Amino acid sequence: MSNENSKIPVEKLGTGIEGFDLISQGGLPKGRTTLITGTAGSAKTVFAAQFLAEGIRKSNEPGVFVTFEEHPSEIRKNLLSMNWHIQEWEEQNLWRFVDASPQPGHETIESGEFDLGALLARIEYAVRSIGAQRISIDSLGAVFTLFNNATLVRAELRRLSAALKGMGITALMTAERTQEFGEIARFGVEEFVADNVIILRNVLEAEKRRRTIEILKFRGTTHQKGEYPFTVLPDQGIIIIPLSAIELKQRSSDMRVPSGSPEMDRMCGGGFFRDSLILVSGATGCGKTLMTAEFIHGGAKKGEKCLLFAYEESREQLLRNANGWGIDFEALERNNQLRMVCAYPESAGLEDHLIAIKREIDSFKPDRVAVDSVSAMERVGTNRGFREFMISLASFVKHREIPGMFTATTATLMGGPSVTESHFSSITDTIILLRYVEMLGEMRRGVTVLKMRGSMHEKDIREFTIDHQGMHIGKPFRNIVGILTGKPEYLNMESMDRISGMFQD
Amino acid sequence: MTVNDKYLLKLYITGHTPRSERAIKNLRRLCEQELDGRYEMRVIDILEQPQLAEDEKILATPTLIKMLPPPLRRIIGDLSDTEKVLVGLDLLPVELKLQ
Repeated sequence: MSNENSKIPVEKLGTGIEGFDLISQGGLPKGRTTLITGTAGSAKTVFAAQFLAEGIRKSNEPGVFVTFEEHPSEIRKNLLSMNWHIQEWEEQNLWRFVDASPQPGHETIESGEFDLGALLARIEYAVRSIGAQRISIDSLGAVFTLFNNATLVRAELRRLSAALKGMGITALMTAERTQEFGEIARFGVEEFVADNVIILRNVLEAEKRRRTIEILKFRGTTHQKGEYPFTVLPDQGIIIIPLSAIELKQRSSDMRVPSGSPEMDRMCGGGFFRDSLILVSGATGCGKTLMTAEFIHGGAKKGEKCLLFAYEESREQLLRNANGWGIDFEALERNNQLRMVCAYPESAGLEDHLIAIKREIDSFKPDRVAVDSVSAMERVGTNRGFREFMISLASFVKHREIPGMFTATTATLMGGPSVTESHFSSITDTIILLRYVEMLGEMRRGVTVLKMRGSMHEKDIREFTIDHQGMHIGKPFRNIVGILTGKPEYLNMESMDRISGMFQD
Repeated sequence: MTVNDKYLLKLYITGHTPRSERAIKNLRRLCEQELDGRYEMRVIDILEQPQLAEDEKILATPTLIKMLPPPLRRIIGDLSDTEKVLVGLDLLPVELKLQ
C-alpha cells in the first residue's frame, strides 16, 4: 500500500498550534494519519479545526474538514469566536467542509450490502478541488452510530485511511474515549489508524480542571514523552505549555544591574546579575512588596522599563503604598517605564495566567519583571500544576535575559519554608530572605542573602527599617541565633566568645 | 396515496461495481412489478458527479432516494431485501408493515 521511500525519514508538518510543534519535535508526521482521542469536552474538535486554521493562517495550506457530528454552520459559528473566519476561507477555496453530520428527517432504511464509497468519493473530491494538504475528520466514533454494522464501518474506515495515505495528505482523526485512563478509544479505532496517537485529557483534580496533551506514539519518528498542560483560550484556541521541552540554553551574563537599594547591591557583591531570577521570601507584611518597589524604582532610575504583576493588591493600593515609600508609580507609568498588571489569582487557571504573563512580556518588552507574589498562585491550582507554572514562568523570564524578581509569602509569621520555595529554589539564582526578629518585646526586620549563584555575597543577617523613603538596611544582628528557623535566641557576650573560639584554628 | 402518484427515484452509485449493478437490477425489477410505468428512475454515478453526492449529503452507496411522492426517504444497500425496499417506498399496506 505504501509507496514511501524507506530511506527517507518521516517528515513532519508544522501544525502552527502554539507549543505543539515543540513537544512533537516538528509537528504531525507528514502524509500520515494521526489519531487524537479524548473524553467529551477534551477539545478534540477545537484541535482538529485549529490544525486547519493554523495551516491557512500561517502557511496558506488549504484544508478539508469532514464532520460527522456537528453541522458545518455550528462549527463556523463556534469558531468565529476564535477569530477564524471559516466562511471567508471557504470563499477563497482554503477551507472545505464535507458534511456527514446527521441530517434531520433523513431516516435511512438498510436493505442489503452497502459501503461508504460515496463518503470516500466526496472526501477525495473535496481534497482535489482545493488542493488540500491537511484534513481533519471529526469524529470516528460518530460514524459507528450512523450504521448498524460495526464490522463494515471498521473496514470502510480502514479503506479511508489507506486512501488518505495514497493522496499524501496529512490527516487528523478524532475519536472518543469513555475514561481518562484506560482504552485508547471506543470501537477500537486505534487498531487501524494506529501509526500515531495523541491523547487529550481533561482531568478533575482537587476541584480544578486540568487539561493535558500526551503524544502516545509517532511511528518511526521522535517526540517528547509525557503529559503537557494546555489551555483553550476563547480568542486563540489551544495553547500548549511545553514545560520540560523547554531547553536550558540561556546564556549567562556577568553584567550587574542595581537592585534599587545600594545596601542590597553591596550585600550581593555589586547588584543582581542581569539575567537572574531573584526569589524574595518572607512572612506577610515584612517588606516583600517594598523590595519589588525598590527593584522597579532602581530600574526606572537607569531608564529601564519594568513590568509588575500584582496578585495581592489592587492598582490603587500599590500606588498608595509606593507613595508611602517615596516612589511615584503613576509618574513612571506616564513615562511608559512601568506597566502594572493587577489580577486576582482566582480569576483564571494557572495556564491562562501563564499565557497572560507571556503575552504582557512579549508586548511590553520590559527590562525587568516583578511578580508579587507568586505564592498567591498556590491557591489556584494543584501542587503539580503550580510546580509546572513556576518552572515555566521562570524559564520564560530567563529566556528574555532580563532580571525577574518573584516574591513568596511564607506560611508562618516567623519564617520556615513555603511551597513556593521548595518548587522554585533550585531554578532561582538568588534567594533573599526577609524575616521578623523578635527582640526584647519588639518586632524588628532582618534581611539576608541566602544564595547567589556565581557571586560572593554577604552571609550576615542584617536589620532593616522602613520609612517614607523606603528600605534602609543597617547593621548585622550579632548576638542573636535562630532567626531563620523562626526561634531567635539571645547570646550573651560570654557564649559569643566561646562559639567564635570553637571555629578558630 | 392515490394510484396515480408518480414516483421519482434517484439511485446513487460509486462506479459500475457488481454491487451497483445489483442495486440497479433490483430496483428496476421492483419498479416494473409494483409501479408499472408510474416512475422515473435516475442513476447517478458519484465518481462522475461528486458534487451531487455532496449536495445530497450521501455517505453510503448504493443509496436510493425517493424524491416523490413525499415523504422523502432514503434506502441504502443493494436493495436485495425486497420487503424493506417496499416499506421504504410506501408500497406495503400498513398492516403488513406492522408484522
